[in-house]
Amino acid sequence: MTQKNRIGGGLIDQNRSVQFDFDGQSFEGYEGDTLASALLANDVKLVGRSFKYHRPRGIFSAGSEEPSALVTLREGAYSEPNARATVTEIYDGLSARSQNKIGSLNFDLMAVNDLLSPLLTAGFYYKTFMWPAVFWEKVYEPIIRQAAGLGKLSGAEDPDRYDKGFLYCDLLVIGTGPSGLMAALSAARTGLRVILADEDFRMGGRLNAERYEVGEMPAADWAAATLAEFMSMDNVRVMPRTTIYGAYDHGIYGALERVSDHVAEGSEDVRQIAWRIYTKRAILAAGSTERSIAFGNNDRPGVMMAGSVRAYVNRWGVAPGKRVAIFTNNDDGWQTAHDLQGQGVEVSAVVDSREQTTLLPPKGVRVVLGGRIVDTKGRLGLKKIILSDGQDVAADCLAVSGGWSPNVHLTCHQRGIPVWDDKIVGFVPGATLPMGMAVAGAAIGVMTLKACLQSGLDVGNSVVEALGRTVSKSKTPKAQDEVSAASAFWYVNESKGRAWLDLQNDVTTNDVKLSHQEGFRSVEHLKRYTTMGMATDQGKTSNILGLAVMAEISGKSIAETGTTIFRPPYTPVSIAALAGRSRGKDFRPARLTPSHDWAAEQGAVFVNAGAWRRAQCFPKEGETHWRQSVNREVLATRASVGICDVSTLGKIDIQGKDATDFINRVYANAFAKLAIGKTRYGLMLREDGLVMDDGTTARLSEHHYLMTTTTANAVSVFRHLEFCHQCLWPDLDVQLISATEQFAQIAVAGPNSRKLLEKIIDPEHDISNDAFAFMACGDITVCSGIKSRLFRISFSGELAYEIAVPTRYGDSLMRVLMDAGGEFDVTPYGTEALGVMRIEKGHAAGNELNGQTTALNLGLGKMVSRKKDCIGNILSLREGMVRDDGLRLVGFKPVDPAMSLNAGSHFIGVGAEAKTSNDQGWMSSVTYSPSLETSIGLGFIKSGDQRMGEKVRAIDLVNNKSVEVEITSPHFFDPEGRRLRV
Amino acid sequence: MIINHPLLGPRDANEFSYLGDASLMHRPDWQSDDAENQFYEYQYLRDNKAGMHRELWYHEQGDRSWLVVTRNTLTHEISSVELASDVARREGRSR
Repeated sequence: MTQKNRIGGGLIDQNRSVQFDFDGQSFEGYEGDTLASALLANDVKLVGRSFKYHRPRGIFSAGSEEPSALVTLREGAYSEPNARATVTEIYDGLSARSQNKIGSLNFDLMAVNDLLSPLLTAGFYYKTFMWPAVFWEKVYEPIIRQAAGLGKLSGAEDPDRYDKGFLYCDLLVIGTGPSGLMAALSAARTGLRVILADEDFRMGGRLNAERYEVGEMPAADWAAATLAEFMSMDNVRVMPRTTIYGAYDHGIYGALERVSDHVAEGSEDVRQIAWRIYTKRAILAAGSTERSIAFGNNDRPGVMMAGSVRAYVNRWGVAPGKRVAIFTNNDDGWQTAHDLQGQGVEVSAVVDSREQTTLLPPKGVRVVLGGRIVDTKGRLGLKKIILSDGQDVAADCLAVSGGWSPNVHLTCHQRGIPVWDDKIVGFVPGATLPMGMAVAGAAIGVMTLKACLQSGLDVGNSVVEALGRTVSKSKTPKAQDEVSAASAFWYVNESKGRAWLDLQNDVTTNDVKLSHQEGFRSVEHLKRYTTMGMATDQGKTSNILGLAVMAEISGKSIAETGTTIFRPPYTPVSIAALAGRSRGKDFRPARLTPSHDWAAEQGAVFVNAGAWRRAQCFPKEGETHWRQSVNREVLATRASVGICDVSTLGKIDIQGKDATDFINRVYANAFAKLAIGKTRYGLMLREDGLVMDDGTTARLSEHHYLMTTTTANAVSVFRHLEFCHQCLWPDLDVQLISATEQFAQIAVAGPNSRKLLEKIIDPEHDISNDAFAFMACGDITVCSGIKSRLFRISFSGELAYEIAVPTRYGDSLMRVLMDAGGEFDVTPYGTEALGVMRIEKGHAAGNELNGQTTALNLGLGKMVSRKKDCIGNILSLREGMVRDDGLRLVGFKPVDPAMSLNAGSHFIGVGAEAKTSNDQGWMSSVTYSPSLETSIGLGFIKSGDQRMGEKVRAIDLVNNKSVEVEITSPHFFDPEGRRLRV
Repeated sequence: MIINHPLLGPRDANEFSYLGDASLMHRPDWQSDDAENQFYEYQYLRDNKAGMHRELWYHEQGDRSWLVVTRNTLTHEISSVELASDVARREGRSR
């Protein structure tokens, strides 16, 4: 039989049938159903197994607070574990399945855990499974992890798309129940920009779940009419299916909009959008959540929240049972009995924990005042309840109401601490609210309909005034306050069976008692030891019960006991939504060099250098190993000429009357007397005296310099220079701008570099050795008038230049150089060959400038001027940093030239044991030098500059390798620098 | 967070990078007698305040202004935002 529990009515469209699957079986529901309401309509009550004990569990609530009905939706890569059936909209073809079971849901093999429960109480992993110790990691933990749990991820890449978005408004209204709608009305009618958000797909909150009248029409109709008014207003954005999950600084809210979760997988829509909403004001009208009462075996399928039972009857036209009993400690539970009976559902008993009430019972229903339910029966679903006097009552559904807790969560996201209110028996928002937030309705403890409408209007009007507008003439619609007396009754002490608090993490009243007995007295400790409230539902229906049990045992009030702090997110947010489009290759943007396309055409292999993609080498046909390509590129450059795109180096244009003075203060070496048309190596220190960066700086004219930085530090050096200028020397006349992106710069290196450049540089520019000596710089033109700059600087150790053109000419320049260089067999080289040549020359690079080395360590100690004020020179002279026996950068060669070296090896004396106390330093950079036909390395070793020729062992314990090496000068190739100056 | 930039108005904190205590503007005189000690204190010693804190933020994704932001470290309330160069001049820094 289909939909045997569908009683009709409600806010679903019975003309629109929807087919879906659960655990392989086909079912029918209607448009407007959630998975939970459709399963209940089809009399499916058992939907999952519990986290730890694998107990049969059903649908507990009708909203986002659901602890129990967690299912896996969809198949394959689209599958999503741990979805709450109570907030899942069904659609044609939806496939859902139960989780956390071995075998079938009815006969879960892991249910044996329930028999082992004495071993699995609070903190069990600290106490049991302790012996033998080695078994924990290898045996116990994997088994427990396998047995405990939730649904599983597919492991496949998520095929859906997610977005991030930004919204701005005067007022964000969170929740669209009576107070939220009224607050939004009062603000929207004054023209304020209002965003109205609700987690539900049908907005209206409890107005959709109750049979109240508002404005002389059914409450749901009033909500629909009000929403229709908002939809017609240009200044209002209505956002259903949107959870405000966090309240952040300065009125910023995080929101998750489920754009197409309710549409069949594979739709073209973005699935979810993580919005960041910037607000001037926000009104929290998040309502309240019903909580349970703990009693023996209160977790059976069929035991549900009373307000949720009412919602299923009224909103979805579904009777969650054929014979429903009520267990309540407050007036609201009685409303469920009335609504059920009004729809023709049998109510077998109303059990109220209070001794007396003035409420009238529904006709013909047994009422037990001062009643206690001590136990329930029914293996896979409720059959009857047992009262404390031993009598039983037949029921296949038990509607439990332990009172309503205001949804204060978002008020706590900025250190707000809720306070206990004895009258409503619940925590209400404390005095400290997030900036710009006001709270209305049930969320602030206003628990009845008419009062909620008034609260919404009042709070809305106060926001309108605070934003400087004239209050609108809106009035509340006609409505009545319902009875709402509450009482503090939390658990049935007489119960012998386990009484469940947290259904999702399987925490019982006994666990709380045990935790107290073992000394966990703070609620935060209680939470972590028992894991109560730490599951995906964050204990929305259970936390206060646990606190109450704890308070009672410790002889304190709940107010004294306090509550754990609520943190974002309010309900789970997938990592995919937070990532948006920033995943895979879009995780961050890639920066391409001006000659990238050309390099790709040559078949270059690229390497990531920060965000840059740089050509690593240019393999030629027949080369089977990158080393062959790199050796060829090095030898060709040293023999004739090579070219390399070095545009990634940071370029900072520095101008102003005080530019010289400024540069002289930010570099540690002398810069005051650099001649116009000359370039100098600059060493930059941090204020703590360690080396920050190095590069060359060219003086282009009297007041104009161009500084280069390493690729890696381009951003941080620029930031540092701006700091120095604005914060330390604000009146220096100097202007800085990054020019990294504006110029393509190509290194032309090798004995034939001048000859090659002479072919493309316009003839009026003389770049002979006399006219344009080593370290010269200047403006030139190439290719008949293209403005360029030429720098005679060398990283390779060869006669070399770097030529810069506006970025848009970079690709052409590369092609022009390749054409012109044909007669010299010009060879493009990549970052590997660049690295080989710099190690051959002993130049420090990233491995040496690692933020832990001083100028002295690098062998550049004499460069640090003591005659001027510059960043870092004072602290670079600290005692510990100028030790004679400190680390020095030197070169290393293997004693056996056939041996290769490993970077990261540590230096140990030849006869000494390889242990930390004998450690003398480390190898920072190694390469095979094709020029010297041996491996070479750079490294830091104690007093290295005084130990030339000494032999030590380079030991790499990770790769179990030990090589005897000889300490040498770091300048392996052309140490006199003759090749530079020809 | 939102930082109310004195020139550009309210901007999201994501546009800025953070340096730290505004005392980093108080770079000592390199020629003073106990320069090394002063620089040591300047470089390493900070007050760790629970409350109002003056700190340096850099509008890296914007106009490159260094700002002195006065922020309550407990509530993140920002009570003043000034251009660091203005603050530096007011405190007697010049060249």
